[in-house]
Amino acid sequence: MTLAFKSTGSRQLKNSLAKWLITLGGISVLFTLVLIFMYLLYVIKPVFDSAKVEPLSQITLSSTNTSLSTGVDELKEVAYQIDNEGLATFYRLKATDQHSVGSVLLTQRLISEGAQLTHSVNAGLDLLLLIDSNNNNTLVSPDFKATYTADSREIVAKIEYPLGEESLIIDENEATIKKVAFGMDTEKAVFVASTADGRLIKTSFIADDDFTYDPAYEVNFQEIEFYSKTVDDILVTPDLSLAFVKSGNTVSVFELDDEDNVPLKTVIKPKTTITSLALLSGSSSILIGDDKGVISQWFEVAAEGNRDFQEIRTFSNETGEAIKHIYTEQFRKSFYTVTETGVVDIFYTTSEAELWSGKMLTKAPDAFAISPRADAIITILDDSLVLTAVHNEHPEVTWSALWNEVWYEGYQEPDYIWQSTSGTDDFEAKFSLVPISFGTIKAAFYAMLFAVPIAITAAIYTAYFMTPGLRKKVKPTIELMEALPTVILGFLAGLWLAPIVEIYLPAIFLLVLFLPLSTLIAAFAWYNLPKEIKVKIPETLAPIILIPVLLVSLYFAFALSPVVEASLFGGDVRQFITNELGINFDQRNALVVGIAMGFAVIPTIFSMAEDAIFSVPRHLTSGSLALGATQWQTLIKVVLLTASPGIFSALMMGLGRAVGETMIVLMATGNTPILDWSIFQGMRTLAANIAVEMPESEVGSSHYRILFLAAFVLFVFTFVFNTLAEFVRQRLREKYSSL
Amino acid sequence: MMKNSNKEQKNMNKWFSSGSPWIWLSAGGVSISLISVLGLLWLIASKGLSYFWPAEIHEFKSIDQHGKHTTVIGEIYDREFIPASQLAHTSIVLDPTQETVERLLVKTGNRELVSLDFRWILVPQIQSTSTPEELAVIERRTNGNFYGYIDSVVLDGKEVEKSKLPELLTRVDNFQEEIDQLQTTDIGAINYQLERLRLKERKYKLDNQLTEARKQELASKTQALKDEYTTLESELMALRDEVARDHIVVRAMDGQKVTINFEHILNITYNNKLGLFEKVGTFLSQIGGFLIDDPREANTEGGVFPAIFGTVLMVLLMTVIVSPFGVVAAIYLHEYAGKNALTKLLRIAVINLAGVPSIVYGVFGLGFFVYMVGGSLDQLFYPETLPSPTFGTPGVMWSAITLAILTLPVVIVSTEEGLARIPSAMRHGSLALGATKAETLWRIILPIASPAIMTGIILAIARAAGEVAPLMLVGVVKMAPNLPLDGNFPFLHLDRKFMHLGFHIYDVGFQSPNVEAARPLVYATALLLVMIIISLNMTAVSIRNRLREKYRMLEH
Repeated sequence: MTLAFKSTGSRQLKNSLAKWLITLGGISVLFTLVLIFMYLLYVIKPVFDSAKVEPLSQITLSSTNTSLSTGVDELKEVAYQIDNEGLATFYRLKATDQHSVGSVLLTQRLISEGAQLTHSVNAGLDLLLLIDSNNNNTLVSPDFKATYTADSREIVAKIEYPLGEESLIIDENEATIKKVAFGMDTEKAVFVASTADGRLIKTSFIADDDFTYDPAYEVNFQEIEFYSKTVDDILVTPDLSLAFVKSGNTVSVFELDDEDNVPLKTVIKPKTTITSLALLSGSSSILIGDDKGVISQWFEVAAEGNRDFQEIRTFSNETGEAIKHIYTEQFRKSFYTVTETGVVDIFYTTSEAELWSGKMLTKAPDAFAISPRADAIITILDDSLVLTAVHNEHPEVTWSALWNEVWYEGYQEPDYIWQSTSGTDDFEAKFSLVPISFGTIKAAFYAMLFAVPIAITAAIYTAYFMTPGLRKKVKPTIELMEALPTVILGFLAGLWLAPIVEIYLPAIFLLVLFLPLSTLIAAFAWYNLPKEIKVKIPETLAPIILIPVLLVSLYFAFALSPVVEASLFGGDVRQFITNELGINFDQRNALVVGIAMGFAVIPTIFSMAEDAIFSVPRHLTSGSLALGATQWQTLIKVVLLTASPGIFSALMMGLGRAVGETMIVLMATGNTPILDWSIFQGMRTLAANIAVEMPESEVGSSHYRILFLAAFVLFVFTFVFNTLAEFVRQRLREKYSSL
Repeated sequence: MMKNSNKEQKNMNKWFSSGSPWIWLSAGGVSISLISVLGLLWLIASKGLSYFWPAEIHEFKSIDQHGKHTTVIGEIYDREFIPASQLAHTSIVLDPTQETVERLLVKTGNRELVSLDFRWILVPQIQSTSTPEELAVIERRTNGNFYGYIDSVVLDGKEVEKSKLPELLTRVDNFQEEIDQLQTTDIGAINYQLERLRLKERKYKLDNQLTEARKQELASKTQALKDEYTTLESELMALRDEVARDHIVVRAMDGQKVTINFEHILNITYNNKLGLFEKVGTFLSQIGGFLIDDPREANTEGGVFPAIFGTVLMVLLMTVIVSPFGVVAAIYLHEYAGKNALTKLLRIAVINLAGVPSIVYGVFGLGFFVYMVGGSLDQLFYPETLPSPTFGTPGVMWSAITLAILTLPVVIVSTEEGLARIPSAMRHGSLALGATKAETLWRIILPIASPAIMTGIILAIARAAGEVAPLMLVGVVKMAPNLPLDGNFPFLHLDRKFMHLGFHIYDVGFQSPNVEAARPLVYATALLLVMIIISLNMTAVSIRNRLREKYRMLEH
């Protein structure tokens, strides 16, 4: 007795411990779902964050001269300044053990003493053409090399001369250069300049071998025919194919590829007062800023047989002040604008987004540069250099760019495009979720089109007409289909069904006709059988009787297929569809997916709809039958009506499954993201897209996050369907129990 | 006549108004479903099993439109009828009344002689077909099968009787086994230990504990292992030489003579000579080989053992994780949860966990488990291997956890159903006798519900075994160099990637260079997977049914 008493305390303790543990375990299910939801959101969120701008460091420059150029290294540790006396100074932006912020790393004179630097023209990252008042031209490249010691990293700053320290001869006649632009790759450097004597010239330095290791070159001078004497601004594309020459409010475009002549390609005439020009990364677009704070993007569009520059889209800064300068990023389609009063705006072209806007400075800076990783900007105004961090990892993604038509460079018109990777470097990823969402809906639609009639009729018959003995065997057999791995269905669809459908296409359509027809014929034949036989083979065996009948009609459909093909479609349906109807025909198309995924969805719908119909209370049907209604009338007017919410929830579940199915679509379609309802073409779905692209997307990139967004869309979609279905089912269950 | 058709019309109308046609149509739905399920299973079974059946080797002598005679030796792989019009552009002369032409797809093997190991031949061009008994199928380690007549057997440079062949094959087999043992187990173990020593040194270095003594010790251990490696290597070389001692000379279909060394030969069979029993024997041994051999030729030949092993291991791990959680959650829902909003939310959560597309779990698993949790684990416990990740990369453990979440609702729903069937009288009885709720649960409820729990677990296993999409993101690979379980400490390598039957099907069927040749193997793998899953399901269903019967008896 005492023993029992003693243990009561520990028993109670165990009991409440168990209660807590089990409650915790139960709630962990909810926690898991919420965790998935929150984690997906957590990964997606940065994509939609707007740009954040924060000052990192500010230093006071030792030189009080006007600055012409600036730049910063990749890790934002060292910046350089080039002033109008040709002095290059490197400053530390980050304190180390020995050095403080703002200490000078290196000072180097780039032009002879006493001379003034008249031009410092940038081409690409840290490649500058310097022209001084003595008409000396040099190419310089401020260089930052990281050296590693045992436990620290040291940056060594240096000035490189890619084409040697000697003055370059850009103009044959050695006239004073007024405006100049240049571009350089490993084989060629091209200069386009306007001279004091009113000529427009193009000079090419053609490398003997390769500029990366041999600065030797040959020069080719050309004069460009140009109608105007005034040249305000010149730009040369980094791929050295085009030059843009601004004169007043027109921009003339010249082709530079030919070494013999420089033809005028076209003249861009925007209807505004041009205040600034810039080339967008990728050399296809030109940005034109005007006096009203509007920037327009222009690129070539093929129209009426020839390609011409068109205004694609415009951006405006809210202040309405003239755009003094446009600075573009090196690798992305972002650009920065600066006004006279120091207002800085950040835009992204294809997503048409204004990422940031604010008055960063008191007036327009003397020098401005974007860091190599585009995560900071550096500005010099008078004697103060400011490094400002720009957190802007995913400028190309906006809600509207994901779901609206976007006009990409090189395309004829705005379009929905999903194209996440490509072979070339300056390729712009195109993330429109429309084609893949459309593909998801298309696949689900064709699957449901195939599955719903079969699943629902089968459910009705099994639940309402079938004998219990047969039902006990039939139901698990059909439900067995649900257990079949979808990878097997997909494999059969892609490698077995797709070729059959391709060869016997007419048979598939004949079957739509043959199967119901043969069923009706068999039914009518049975109806007209003598009574004695009817007793022996009762109507309740209909599904079994029909199996051979349907198999025969299946055989006939396939046997007739070549005949139909020969007589109606001239021997080849595929050619008929492609040539006569003008529809593309893919071997792995929506028809195949519809059939294969239909099979995967049938058991889901069947099982739940059958349950709903079967659990309709018997007294309802008995009452109806007692009042003289036929079996069929009772079914339609009483049973289906009562069970309709259950059938609805079955359809929702089926749809949810079809939407999220991955392997079948992956294997049975060509996975091309197209917008086309055609049953003879494939599609790419959200789920398959994730399976294809996720393994090769870089962690943390826009692509990675958008794939998470695709998963999130799937999650929300199925969440809505499932919750709705469950809700309806709960209500139905309560209704039944009250009946 | 008029009267007759009127009567028929009436009969028709009566038939329609009875609703019978619609009933029959709905019966048609059942029939179509049944035909498709059974047809699908039959298709997979027949195609899968025929892969193992020793096919007859035919020798076709044909003459083409230019009067050229050719001999083709091989297995008939497929036959089809093509419209005669498709051949109209060639100069082939056909019977003009014929609308279709039969053609055979013949697997000719002999990949080193011809670029394609399949060939179409038109039946009208075939002059004669025979199945000579002397035709041999030589199964090889590389380059696929070789079909031809064995001309001579050469033992160490001297020609010997053909009857010596089986003996020589057994000898080589034994050597090959030894080589495998040496290569994978012994040398593999040394490499593994060397890598561990390297990591140990790095760890000491990172922790600033690399003293001279330790350095010495590690160096001497490394040297010892390297010495052992050298001896093993020379042993391996000796064995390789032994294996490569003999060769056979085979005459191919075009009369060309080819020397095949025994080191490449796996098996030689004379398919045309085999009687029924021998065929059954070969059939069974082929199935056995399929189940226990390693894959060859980029998975398109050989067995699927690593895939079976990977699937089973991953599913077992998943079971260990999912069972307690699923059962506890079901107990909470049925025994503890009150009728409140939280319970409703929980039920919605369960339904949604079941309905969320599996690929979403894959995405979640990759982001959360692999990169976030795994990445943190690496930082904390495996800094010495960084930057190459240990757990911060897809692997078998993450796959198991991801699939555990995916199958959680299966276990919950099934267990809860079992709990619901237990008459409340049993709970009341136990509580009335003074047992606490926990004791009632542990002693009364759980034992009775255990078959239902089993059912749930089996269904979860079946679901997990067939799931591929999420695994493609969290741990499955085309070809894993090592099994996740081996003889090297700590034996179970949860961080390793693994092979999986379902992924094997996808990969070989859709990503392999020679899909046509690999297709039968894919059917065989599909059959294996289907059989595993269906037998699991049937077991679960039969347990459930028996359970239902039992409870029905309890109620009365």
